[in-house]
Amino acid sequence: MTLVLEQLLNGLQLGVMLFLLAAGLTLVFGIMGVINLAHGSLYMVGAYAAALAAKITGSFLLAIPAGLAAGGLTGMAVEYLVIRHLYGRDHLDQVLATFGLILFFNQTIILLFGRQPLFVQIPPALSGAVDLGLFPYPAYRLCIIAAGLLIAVGLYFLIQRTRLGMLVRAGATHREMVQALGVDIRLLYTIVFGLGALLAGFAGLMAGPLFSVQVGMGEQILILTFVVVVIGGLGSVAGAFWGALLVGLVDTSLRAFLPQILRGMMAGSEADALASGISAMGVYLLMALVLLIKPKGLFPGHA
Amino acid sequence: MKTMRIMAIAAATFCAAGAVQAQEPLKIGMITTLSGPAGYLGLDIRDAFQLAIDMQGGKLGGVPVQVLVEDDGLKPGQGKQISEKFMKTDKVKLLTGIVFSNVALAVVPDVLEDGGIYVSPNAGPSNLAGKECHANYYVVSWQNDSLHESAGSNANNLGYKKAFILAPNYPAGKDALEGFKRTFKGEVIGEVFTKLDQNDFAAEIAQIRAAKPDFIFQFHPGGAGIAFLRQYQQAGLLEQIPMVVPSPSMDAVTLKAIGDAAIGVNVSAQWNSDFDNPANKAFVEAWTKKYNRPITYYASQGYDTALAIGAALKGTGGKVDDAKAFRTAMMKADFVSVRGNFKFGNNQHPVQDWYSMKVVKGADGAPIIKTNGKISSNTGDFYAKDCKL
Repeated sequence: MTLVLEQLLNGLQLGVMLFLLAAGLTLVFGIMGVINLAHGSLYMVGAYAAALAAKITGSFLLAIPAGLAAGGLTGMAVEYLVIRHLYGRDHLDQVLATFGLILFFNQTIILLFGRQPLFVQIPPALSGAVDLGLFPYPAYRLCIIAAGLLIAVGLYFLIQRTRLGMLVRAGATHREMVQALGVDIRLLYTIVFGLGALLAGFAGLMAGPLFSVQVGMGEQILILTFVVVVIGGLGSVAGAFWGALLVGLVDTSLRAFLPQILRGMMAGSEADALASGISAMGVYLLMALVLLIKPKGLFPGHA
Repeated sequence: MKTMRIMAIAAATFCAAGAVQAQEPLKIGMITTLSGPAGYLGLDIRDAFQLAIDMQGGKLGGVPVQVLVEDDGLKPGQGKQISEKFMKTDKVKLLTGIVFSNVALAVVPDVLEDGGIYVSPNAGPSNLAGKECHANYYVVSWQNDSLHESAGSNANNLGYKKAFILAPNYPAGKDALEGFKRTFKGEVIGEVFTKLDQNDFAAEIAQIRAAKPDFIFQFHPGGAGIAFLRQYQQAGLLEQIPMVVPSPSMDAVTLKAIGDAAIGVNVSAQWNSDFDNPANKAFVEAWTKKYNRPITYYASQGYDTALAIGAALKGTGGKVDDAKAFRTAMMKADFVSVRGNFKFGNNQHPVQDWYSMKVVKGADGAPIIKTNGKISSNTGDFYAKDCKL
């Protein structure tokens, strides 16, 4: 039972991490209609900036603004220099251009930092495990869950309760109308893109101490992020939230429990091989299932 | 008149081409993993290989060589494309460099079929070591299973009884668990296949905590291994459940990443930077001088591979067209390996010694991997008996 609870927490933590990335991706797609493959690169930029700041200053607290700023500013620069020219274009052109950006960012990072991964030490206050009564759990992962949920609440207020949020919502559902009403749509686009990049940078800086900070880290998580966005419904932040939690929980539970379940039915090594195969496919099967029942995702953004 | 001019130009071109031909260095094709979490593995192989060439003045075994390097990105398909380009466009006959067994399995059989020679500095998948061994396929590092057989013996020597074992779900991962179980005499109470590109191991670590083994054995090369160890430490398990690993899970880069937390981890390998032989000392010194970064097992293997190729080229006078003559020269292994004892077995995989090591605090306070003693001597591999060469 405690194992189940611990695995649920693990799933929640993965889900929260995915949400930070998926929120930006889905906003950018929903409002601007741009498929941004380079979203993972912004995650990487945030992680590297935070790692660098932590190395120079020796303080993880200072690494947080560094990662956020690097992610957000890089995002806005990318929007201004590249993405802006892609709004009227075909999705294929966008995929091509943003794929080019991935190569660009990866090579730039290699030139600046080399191929060997960087490491960020966990701040000492969070480095141990917290006893939750039933089992100990890494303090840093708890901290990620808390920060992610806080950001989810903050985003909810930003989008539902502020003027900027109103424009964002309107932009997602009635793009032309917002333009026709004289809103500075270019500025709105840059801000939204920057916000998405900021969240990606935040995810990157949180991921640094957990995994190693390395070239290509963005692409690894990007695929799962796209699954989240598709399951949640393109353009919907609420969809990204619930989709992320669903993907996090399903992925973790399959990896955690499927081997034992299958081992009850067949020989040990066969069960392990089959279980790892199915759990690797798990989230994609989930995506197929969701698309079968709700072709526009769980919370479609465009009504 | 016009015809004459064309003839003259053609003749001049041929002359120039001829002159270039005479000095043209021998091309060696290197397909390796330079990007992604495991990018530093290929980087160390490439740089150490080049170091060996530089130390011999741009030559290997007295033959001028040029290394063409391409990144496979840990993708079997990409590796195959590169090998085809090397062999068809660049007319390369001698290939090396592959880090990962899944890439090797996609590339090597076709290279051999097309008449190429392949010398492995790392991957040694079981599929190519036994029945399907090949006269033009050499492995300088180890057969995959040997790494893990040595870890199994190491665990026996340390007196551990209950094991929880993990490896990624790909050919070398399967070799890892098979190899470990072949020599480990205790009981395996849990066995998990992770994903090859996985970097979050929270779910697996929770299972380990629940299973309460005496120790864990895990094989995760490159960035994944670093992530695993750090998360294992963050979960507070490193002090409770010790770890017995083969070298790819604890190299100098991993160690630098983990720091003091890695103290106490048991490692087994065929080479370590502290080996006290002249060849190794010269290698470590040259590496530090040129690159000034931690030196890994991969580097030692890349270096030895260059030396092995150099010895073969010396024997054939720089020719690779006659595969038989190359083989005769190669199999002598007429070079001084930085690991000490080295010879090729009948399946053209190494017969070598294995050592047990432990991570301890070094003289300057930073943790180091310290060699404690031999696990086995002159060890070949399990599949050699099936090879009819």
